[in-house]
This record gives sequence, structure tokens and C-alpha cells, in this order.
Amino acid sequence: MKRTLRKARLLLGVTYAEMMEYRAELYLWALSGIMPFILMGLWAKAAGETPMGMPPVDFVRYFLAVFVVRQMTMVWVVWDFEYDVVNGQLSPRLLHPLNPVWRYVASHVGERFSRIPFVTALMGIFFLLYPKAWWVPAPGTLALAILAMLVAFIMRFVMQYAFAMLAFWTERANAIEDLWFTLYLFLSGYIAPLEMFPPAVREATLYTPFPYLVYVPAKLLAGQPVPALTTGFLVTLAWGLVFLALQQVLWRTGLRRYSAMGA
Amino acid sequence: MALIETHNLSKQYRTADKAPTLAGTIRHFLRRRYRTVEAVKDVSFSIERGEMVGFLGPNGAGKTTCLKMLTGLICPTSGTASVAGHTPFRREHPFLRQITLVMGQKQQLIWDLPPADSFRINAAVYELSDDVLKTRVGELAEMLSLSTQLSQPVRKLSLGERMKAELLAALLHRPDVLFLDEPTLGLDVNAQAAVREFLRDYNRRFGATVLLTSHYMADITALCQRILLIHKGQVIYDGALDRIVQRFAPYREVKIELANVEGQADFTRYGEVLAQDGRVVTLMIQRRNLTETVATLMRELELADLTITDPPVEQIIGRIFTKGNAA
Repeated sequence: MKRTLRKARLLLGVTYAEMMEYRAELYLWALSGIMPFILMGLWAKAAGETPMGMPPVDFVRYFLAVFVVRQMTMVWVVWDFEYDVVNGQLSPRLLHPLNPVWRYVASHVGERFSRIPFVTALMGIFFLLYPKAWWVPAPGTLALAILAMLVAFIMRFVMQYAFAMLAFWTERANAIEDLWFTLYLFLSGYIAPLEMFPPAVREATLYTPFPYLVYVPAKLLAGQPVPALTTGFLVTLAWGLVFLALQQVLWRTGLRRYSAMGA
Repeated sequence: MALIETHNLSKQYRTADKAPTLAGTIRHFLRRRYRTVEAVKDVSFSIERGEMVGFLGPNGAGKTTCLKMLTGLICPTSGTASVAGHTPFRREHPFLRQITLVMGQKQQLIWDLPPADSFRINAAVYELSDDVLKTRVGELAEMLSLSTQLSQPVRKLSLGERMKAELLAALLHRPDVLFLDEPTLGLDVNAQAAVREFLRDYNRRFGATVLLTSHYMADITALCQRILLIHKGQVIYDGALDRIVQRFAPYREVKIELANVEGQADFTRYGEVLAQDGRVVTLMIQRRNLTETVATLMRELELADLTITDPPVEQIIGRIFTKGNAA
């Protein structure tokens, strides 16, 4: 346990230092995630003109929460892994007595810590400009929201890592992630809260992994009611296990195909 | 029992061919044609603990593929390999702790951070304590003449410094078996010599087993008593470096210096002319005809000097690979 903690501490420390080398890139990347602010403006205006079941300020808080959730659950492992397979960079990692996945996890977590101050500053500016949107979630709800964000990050990572395994077969594994991302955009609550969906679609969507990646953590963070949390947890767990099993099968068969190109 | 052992180790892989025209591109998209390449064919050899063995062969001969199989990076198509009592492809942790692979054209150091940060990661991965890390970095840095460079970002280091830092990172866990693929590639003469000296020193101090590939014959002659020659995926020679001359060079080099430049003869009737520079002519003469040819040369030509030498090992190996058959 002590050794594992030391490994985690050192890996995180070094990947954090590595991420801090790319400050400008990091901030630009975080800025590129301002889509929720645009959607916030559109939905709040629409809600102001036509009753939509949610007051405009709820839309504002929801999309601000979506921004935070997106920033905290950003995953790019499919691109990193594909690059490493195609260029043979996976080889040195395979020769270490540590599963390569932990290096990718560490780089994501390290990056998250370097992003937090920037996201906090951006939210501070937003509340200064629009103080009406200010809210403080109850401690219990906030804890649940943080847990939901953590689960969302793990789910996003596990799913994308499973797709990343396809890099052993194709040089463009990220194409499947692009296709998956289209579903994610529409079904996760990124573009519109699930309340705006037709009831049947909303019901069906709750059995997919998508709402638990954005909608549920964002609603919790915004202090708004969330439907059937326990069912949501079980659905997420089931999908998580499916993708984990898929990843394991693809990893084992993929390694037999790995040609360590370029290395 | 040998530390490294292979029996009929083979590796085949599929590759798609594409013609460089538009029609070729479309055909490649619609109906890709694959062919099977036999990268390594029935390779068998064994290496004892503490040996330093040179793995020689032209580009594409299968050297790197062999190293990848021996380190467990790729799965053999057939045959078996055993390194330190382990099957490499299983990549069990006790096996990985005993080996290292250094590739001259690849790096494991983090590009934007000082090498010291990469060493800390390796120390964590190999579960080395802070004290052990400090001692080993100090010891290896001294052997490699590295010090201030360890706190500069890797991207700011020269190629030679970077290679030394790569070696340090790769040897931090003190492996018993070193697989080195072109470790001096692109280095200047001084840096090459420093890396060679370090490897010899490491082998002597820790009794490590080394399998080394290099295009620089100087690396092999300086470090290895034994060589494995591989050509088109097959081992064509496995033995002492100095015996290769006897086995593969049934000829000797005869260098003659003529007393004057006038009246030069047609030297091809004595043997193959390797070089001719003014009064100095280098001939390659079959061993079995040597005495007779030298007597003829002395009788027919007015010579100022005559020397007989074995051809350089590089030349012999070059000829073997050009002819493509050493049997």
C-alpha cells in the first residue's frame, strides 16, 4: 500500500510538472470549452421568452455546472494511446513493471490539478459579471456532485480507453471515438438538459451511460433535482463493467498484434 | 543453463503494399493487398550470463525484431524464447525488473522535463527507495560523466548527453540483461567512445549480459568477443569475432608499392584490384594462391615494398551480406 501510494504520488507530481510546462496550451484548451456559455445564452433567452418548465436562471446555473463538469471530466486517452502505438512509444511503457494505463491516468489527473485554478478564475469572473446566478450548493449535494463528477471521469476514461485499444488494429482508432462523441453531445445533456427531451426519449436515455457523464453531475452541482440516482448508479456501474471487460479482451488480443512499429 | 535461449524463433507479419499513383491509392482503399513478410526465420542461439554479444546484420535483417521478441514487446509467430528463466512475451514483473532495452533512435525520457524527473518516475515504477535512487544516480552519473545536465530539460541536451541520460534511466534498476539497439547511433566519435567505455565498465562491475546491435563495427570490436550474424531473418554465423576472418575470408590483402610509376602492368591478372593510388596497389588474393602469386609479383614487378594483411572485419561482413550467403 505504501509503495502504491509512493508510485501514485511520484507519477502525479511529475505529470503535474509536465503539464505546467504547457501553460499557454492548457489555458487555450480550457478556453476552447466555452460552448456551454454559448448554449447558456441561447437557452436562458428562449426560457425568458417562452415558458420551458425551467426559469432562465436555472438554465444559467445548469450550463455553468456543465462547463465545470466538462472541464473536470475531459479525457483524451484515445489520442495519446493511438499516437503511442503508431509511433512505438508504447514500447518503453510496456517494458516497465507497471501497467501503462496508470501513466495515462496520472497524466489526466495531473492535468486536472493544473486546470483547476483557471476554471475557478473563469467562474469568479462570470459571477462578477452576472451575480444573479450565484448559488451555493448544500454540502451533501456538493459532495454527491463531486462523487458524480469522479464517476463521470472514470466512465469517460474507461470507455475511451476501450476504444483506444482499437489502435492495435487501425491507425485511426479515434474515428470511433468521434462517432461516440456525437451521441455523447446529444444524449449527455451537454446541448440541452434532459427535461427538454420528449418523455420517451428521456426515459430511454437514462438507460444509456451518457446522462451520467454530464447531466446528472451538472444537475447535482447546480442544486437542481435529479431523477432516480440509485438506478443511475446501477446503470453506470453496468456500463462501466461492460467497457472494462471489452477493454481487457481488446488489450490481450491487441498486444499479440502489436508490432512495436518505429521502435 | 544459458541466460538467453531461443529455439527456432520466427516472426511473420502482414503488410499492405500500395502503388504510388492515384489508381494505386484507390485500389489500396477499395481492395487492400497484403503480403506476409518473414522478418525472422528459425533463429536459435544461447547466451551465457555475463557475455557481451554483438548482433550484426544489414538494415531489415531482423535484428530489432529479435530484440523485440526477447524483451517481450512482440509475440513470436513460432518457436520459443527464454530470458532469465522467463518467457518474454508474458512480461511478468520479475522478468521486467531484470531486463532493459535501449534504442538509439527512441527515448523514454520526458522531453520537456529534466532527466532527474524521469529518473524519479523510474524509481517509483521499480520501487527503489529515495536513498537507493540517489546512490545509483550518483554512481551511474559518475561513470557517464554527467552532472549538471541532469537538471536541464531533456530538449536542451545534446544528442550525446541525451543518450547518456537515456542509459542512466534504463539502468537505474540495475538490470542483469541489457538489450541495446544502436546505442551509439548518431553520436560523435568522442560520445561513441564514452558510451562504449561505460558499457564495458557496467558489464565488468555488475556481470551484466549484453546483446548489442550496431552499425558501427567499432562498437562490436570494442565490446564483443562473440557475434551473431543475421541476414534475411536467419542467423548465418554464431561465433568468435576473430574466427570470422578465417571462416569467411579465404583471401588476403596484398599491398604493393611499385619502385616507379612507369610501365605499370595489368594487375587484374594477379588478383582482384581493391585500390590503386599512384604507385600503391591493393590486391585481394585467394589464400590458396598466395605464395605463388606473391612470388610472381616479386619476379615480374619492381617492388619497393610488399605487405600482406587480413582484410578488415567490416569488409568481410560487408561481402557476406552483399553475397547474401555465408554458408
